[in-house]
Amino acid sequence: MKKTILKKTIPKSTSPATQLPRCPTGIQGLDEITGGGLPRGRPTLVCGGAGCGKTLLAAEFLVRGAVQFGEPGVLMAFEETEAELKANVASLGFDLGGLVRRKKIVLDYVHIERSEVQESGEYDLEGLFVRLNHAIDSIGAKRVVLDSLEALFASLPNEAILRAELRRLFRWLKDKGVTAVITAERGREQLTRHGLEEYVSDCVILLDHRVNDQIATRHLRVVKYRGALHGTNEFPFLIGEEGISVLPITSLALNHKISSERIATGIARLDAMLGGRGFFRGSSILLTGTPGTGKTIVAANFAQAAARRGERVLFFSFEESPNQIIRNMHSIGLRLEPLVQRGLLRFHAARPSLYGLEMHLATMFKEIAAFQPHVVIVDPITSLMDAGTESETKGMVTRLIDYLKAGQVTSLFTSLTQGGHVLQQSEATISSLMDAWLLLQDFEGNGERNRVLYVLKARGMAHSNQVREFLISNRGIDLVDAYIGPSGVLTGSARAAQTAREKAEELISQQEAARRKRELERKRTALERQISGLRSEHEASAEELRRIDEQVGTQTRLLTTERTELGRLRQADVSVAASVRGNSKPKNKR
Amino acid sequence: MKSKTVKRRASDSHRRPAKLWQLRLYVTDSTPRSLTAFANLKKFCESHLKGRYRITVIDLVKQPRLAKGDQILAVPTVVRKLPKPVRIILGNLSDTDHLLVGLDLRPAD
Repeated sequence: MKKTILKKTIPKSTSPATQLPRCPTGIQGLDEITGGGLPRGRPTLVCGGAGCGKTLLAAEFLVRGAVQFGEPGVLMAFEETEAELKANVASLGFDLGGLVRRKKIVLDYVHIERSEVQESGEYDLEGLFVRLNHAIDSIGAKRVVLDSLEALFASLPNEAILRAELRRLFRWLKDKGVTAVITAERGREQLTRHGLEEYVSDCVILLDHRVNDQIATRHLRVVKYRGALHGTNEFPFLIGEEGISVLPITSLALNHKISSERIATGIARLDAMLGGRGFFRGSSILLTGTPGTGKTIVAANFAQAAARRGERVLFFSFEESPNQIIRNMHSIGLRLEPLVQRGLLRFHAARPSLYGLEMHLATMFKEIAAFQPHVVIVDPITSLMDAGTESETKGMVTRLIDYLKAGQVTSLFTSLTQGGHVLQQSEATISSLMDAWLLLQDFEGNGERNRVLYVLKARGMAHSNQVREFLISNRGIDLVDAYIGPSGVLTGSARAAQTAREKAEELISQQEAARRKRELERKRTALERQISGLRSEHEASAEELRRIDEQVGTQTRLLTTERTELGRLRQADVSVAASVRGNSKPKNKR
Repeated sequence: MKSKTVKRRASDSHRRPAKLWQLRLYVTDSTPRSLTAFANLKKFCESHLKGRYRITVIDLVKQPRLAKGDQILAVPTVVRKLPKPVRIILGNLSDTDHLLVGLDLRPAD
């Protein structure tokens, strides 16, 4: 904020010409806080209590100067011998001995046994000046470290002379044009025990080592930086295997590259729930669940799917050993071992309480930088939460996610919820950092526990709102539609019973229909038979009728014939009339 | 070896050192303070160690490497190399009492 305001009001004042030239320390994060490094050509005071890393910070400043920036340096030690110093910084991977041999660094151990020393009259510290001058000139040093001034105060009896000479020394260092780091013990009320901050007025850095909840964290604060804007906050820092790293939270900005590529989760049904194509690459996924809901299994599935695609997966385990995970996953048909052997899957297991949060973070950063994974799994993130306060944890997770997102690394964090149904507050805080949130839950009832899974959120994709039952068998994970009926969500045997009941009902109704169909068929056949019977009856009666008609005709004819015969025989007069009505006329004529 | 050490200690305490005293005076340049220190040392040795001492003056400006060997910080500094043990006296040696104590010629009060 300040910076931008300054830039706006005095546009050209921030040009390099007016700004103090900086001397980069090369220490991770410190240059960011100080806006480029320590003031070049001026002395910087580093103060702090015992064991907070003053000497290491100073030594790293020298070593990085010599190795990375081509600036040789002189380390004048009042406390530790050359051999001790070499051994101490070797633990950070610095080869001080080699640098000394290659004339990049001069070590000078200055030591006076006070019991051997007697004063007689006036003196000054010109001897120290001469030694320092000789050391600087012998390799053309640009950087000087004096560590620590307390030891110097302890070895010389006359503090008044020492003070006067130190003031002269700092002046002399400035004139010499070297960038100096002077370390000093922290005093009770002042920054340093001997009030040296009065003399070194350009830059003062305070180191601090605090124990909070049994976990020690180191902090760094730039108390003073003359003529420069600097972060005044306390920043956690740590001493890792590769030196000091200060972890500024404030420097992070939200400007990651974004990928729209989707990656499968290893569970087809879950992909289907996530718009059919899984998660976005580079997204952060939170997987919460109560104990035993299968978080690690989902994570392992995700890991296996990624590794099978040929991607590198880094699995941080804070609860189980790698072998245990491999064995357990094998029991559900996930074979992780070949992937480990092929170098696609790497486990990193550490107890959360092994060291503080910052150290964990630094270790993780280091592992990630070394392995360059495509997918990172942290199982579970909640274990780390116990290693720090809530705000620290959130800060750490933010930094981790930002770091991963910057490299387009997909990250999956599992999180253990303690309560049965209510989401924990701490999860709510970190969940806002996550792009997707899956929830695994237990349903208890009917004398059994069943797992269900649902997608709580998935930024930027259409996702299913359905609860799916989550089945774990020796063939892996399966997601099944949970039965949702009038009595609520049914899972497990209740779902199975319900399905069976439905099946039985369906069977019954099918049988019923078949029976009714058969009956109707029978009825129809009977009717058809009846119809054909009736039809033959009908035909029979028609025949009968015809026959009757015929009989009647014959009878009439016979009758007529008889009558005609009779008439003819009787010669009746009616013969004429009868021949008109009947067919006997021609006969009559005959 | 052992008997010699004991003997020397005894002689030290009796202020009758038998052997030659080797003294080194470290200075920087010919500053007035350096010159005073040398004059004071010379005078002191003449009165306490006559004929039994040798003073080597080392100018650190000319020979800065030599500062490391005797761990010189302050100048002027007198280092008693012999007799053992090594003794170091800082200053222009204007305080004779302190010098006597420093060189172990008189026990501290």
